Amino acid sequence: MYKYDEYDRQIVRERTQQFRGQTERFFDGTLDGDDFLPLRLQNGLYVQRLAPMFRISIPYGMLSSTQLRKLAHLSREYDKGYVHFTTRQNVQFNWPAIKDVPDMLEELNSVEMHSIQTSGNCIRNTTSDQFAGVIDNEVIDPRPYCEIIRQWSTLHPEFAFLPRKFKIAVNACPDADRVAIAVHDIGLEIIKNSAGEIGFKVFVGGGLGRTPVIGSEIRSFLPEKDLLTYLDSIVRVYNMHGRRDNKFKARIKILVKALTPAKFAEMVEAEWQHHKDSESQLTQEEITRVKSFFTSPDYAQLENNADSFETAKKENKAFSNWVKRNVSSHKIAGYSIVTLTLKKVGVPTGDATDKQLESIADMADEYCFGEVRVTHDQNIVLADIRQDQLFEVWQKAKSLGFATPNLGMLTDMICCPGGDYCGLANAKSIPVAEQIQLRFDDLDYLYDLGKIDLNISGCMNACGHHHVGDIGVLGVDKRGDEFYQVSLGGRSGRDATLGKILGPSFARAEMADVIEKIINVYTENRTEEELFVDTFRRIGMAPFKERVYAKAN
Amino acid sequence: MPKLIKNNELTENISQTLDKDFSGKVDEVLANKGTVLTPKEYWLENSEQLAGKENIGIWLDSDEGPEELSPHIEKLSLIAINFPKFADGRGYSYARILRDRLGFKGELRAIGDIMHDQMFYLKRCGFNSFAVREDKNAEVVITGLNDFSECYQAATVQDKPLFRRR
Ligand code: SF4
Repeated sequence: MYKYDEYDRQIVRERTQQFRGQTERFFDGTLDGDDFLPLRLQNGLYVQRLAPMFRISIPYGMLSSTQLRKLAHLSREYDKGYVHFTTRQNVQFNWPAIKDVPDMLEELNSVEMHSIQTSGNCIRNTTSDQFAGVIDNEVIDPRPYCEIIRQWSTLHPEFAFLPRKFKIAVNACPDADRVAIAVHDIGLEIIKNSAGEIGFKVFVGGGLGRTPVIGSEIRSFLPEKDLLTYLDSIVRVYNMHGRRDNKFKARIKILVKALTPAKFAEMVEAEWQHHKDSESQLTQEEITRVKSFFTSPDYAQLENNADSFETAKKENKAFSNWVKRNVSSHKIAGYSIVTLTLKKVGVPTGDATDKQLESIADMADEYCFGEVRVTHDQNIVLADIRQDQLFEVWQKAKSLGFATPNLGMLTDMICCPGGDYCGLANAKSIPVAEQIQLRFDDLDYLYDLGKIDLNISGCMNACGHHHVGDIGVLGVDKRGDEFYQVSLGGRSGRDATLGKILGPSFARAEMADVIEKIINVYTENRTEEELFVDTFRRIGMAPFKERVYAKAN
Repeated sequence: MPKLIKNNELTENISQTLDKDFSGKVDEVLANKGTVLTPKEYWLENSEQLAGKENIGIWLDSDEGPEELSPHIEKLSLIAINFPKFADGRGYSYARILRDRLGFKGELRAIGDIMHDQMFYLKRCGFNSFAVREDKNAEVVITGLNDFSECYQAATVQDKPLFRRR
């Protein structure tokens, strides 16, 4: 994990001092609310429907047990004893007081955390694969590059007031894209060229929101040393030419579409020629320096699938189910990757209490070299678990409520905070998630359904990624009432696809029925090996439409 | 009297900014002393008379990029860039192009919605003069130039990124 040195500490410290000054000026009346707004946003502070909301960055998803305990402490001291993990590797407090935020920041800084640029029209937290560094089929560990991007983008003087927010994601795994680079403003795919050199395939202009678009490739191979100068060029072209007259048309995807990707690429290239050889070109020393923070922990010499592990699976059906769903293979023999699910019926998706955070910290210390990762689907990953300790880990996780073996299943939904917490919402999203979790509580049935992504957003800002779920649910406003529009056939990751709208929207009370009908059409039509997405692609929208909108008789 | 922060010092701002549709004679305006900022179009149309004059500058609005000034850059001593709204960040890129690419060495002034919280970023992008928003206390605003003592990335001021210095 990256460790701050005196420079890093000084920068976050000065940022907190600056924000403390801004907050003081706000309270003494020399900085009015309108002028304070963009400043507090760039420090992660929103004022939402019910209370301020304060968002902390978790760079590329990594958290140490010390940081987890600090979050638990802050949630007790300044909030209502819980935090919310978002879909972009951030964590949120929902009820802090504005005047306390500078003090919270100081505490966060003490454990090398900050809230810089977690909101506002600037470059946000760079996200990456939650399995980075522990899977054997990645080209290279993407996290050092994310850290290099984090430092470049932090307080970048030219790009603090972009037309809109700007998100970058990095993937290094050729068979999967867990970070969804195709729906980011810039998506970077780490690849090796034929000479074996590391570089990036560069995509721009992807995004969800009210105009969902899959990103376009503008460069097939960017050498690693050119990473920052090229990013500077992309963002400069966007800063100067992106629309500022209409906030719904201000994302880079609209500019790329208006210009065409080819023309946009040409402008970036022209810009880049001016400074590709500048001092911002990365040095091998810097790449090596940052890589040195992401070394492997002290793994034990073990064999895969030790007897005790195999026996435990045979003897305990529930354990073996959990292993099947929530445990993935690790690059080191005798180790596995465990995903703890934070989703239980009755608890808002992604919420964790102070006690839970501390228990996760304890588990991390005991079994996982003191580190965890947070994922974009709002779960927690323990990346380095010895297989001979999996049974113990499972028992602990179960007693803490983190071992619902529903990873990737229908009830492992992505769900934005929605109308219960978010000032922009058209409709509540959490009650819909709960309704569906209650309807589908038979685990055997869920396994039989297989992997289905159900994603819920409370408005077209699409924080719940509804466009790329097999089933997407979007809160809409219909003459002042909360309604829900359903889309089918979306897909994230490799060949990302946007879902299509099923038809007219539904009242909240109908939602569990609607989802059940959709699932029934799938189970009646699928062949042996088909997942939901395959059946949908084969039979199309019509049968679903027919069933869901059939007149009751 | 509005204030100007120039080369890290506080002075009176005695310049006039001519409207975009100005069509009169600059000499007549200049009779009132101080400096005059002319709109870009106007300056380009009258460049033969205006070029090289110490007390006549040019101002760019936030939708007017600086590239067209390239042939005249040696003869300009003052360029101002307007920030109609705090949140309109185009001027930061214009400033960097003027400094880093077109080699502008004169006074580069930020005008418009300019207050404490942009000062450090503006300075790093090459501005050395700041027309402070009138309702703000310029003595407080000037301290914003030193909000940070270190930064990660290269810019016009400090063109070596931290990784080449750490
Ligand atoms: S999708 Fe809309 S309602 Fe949900 S969190 Fe985002 S902005 Fe709020």
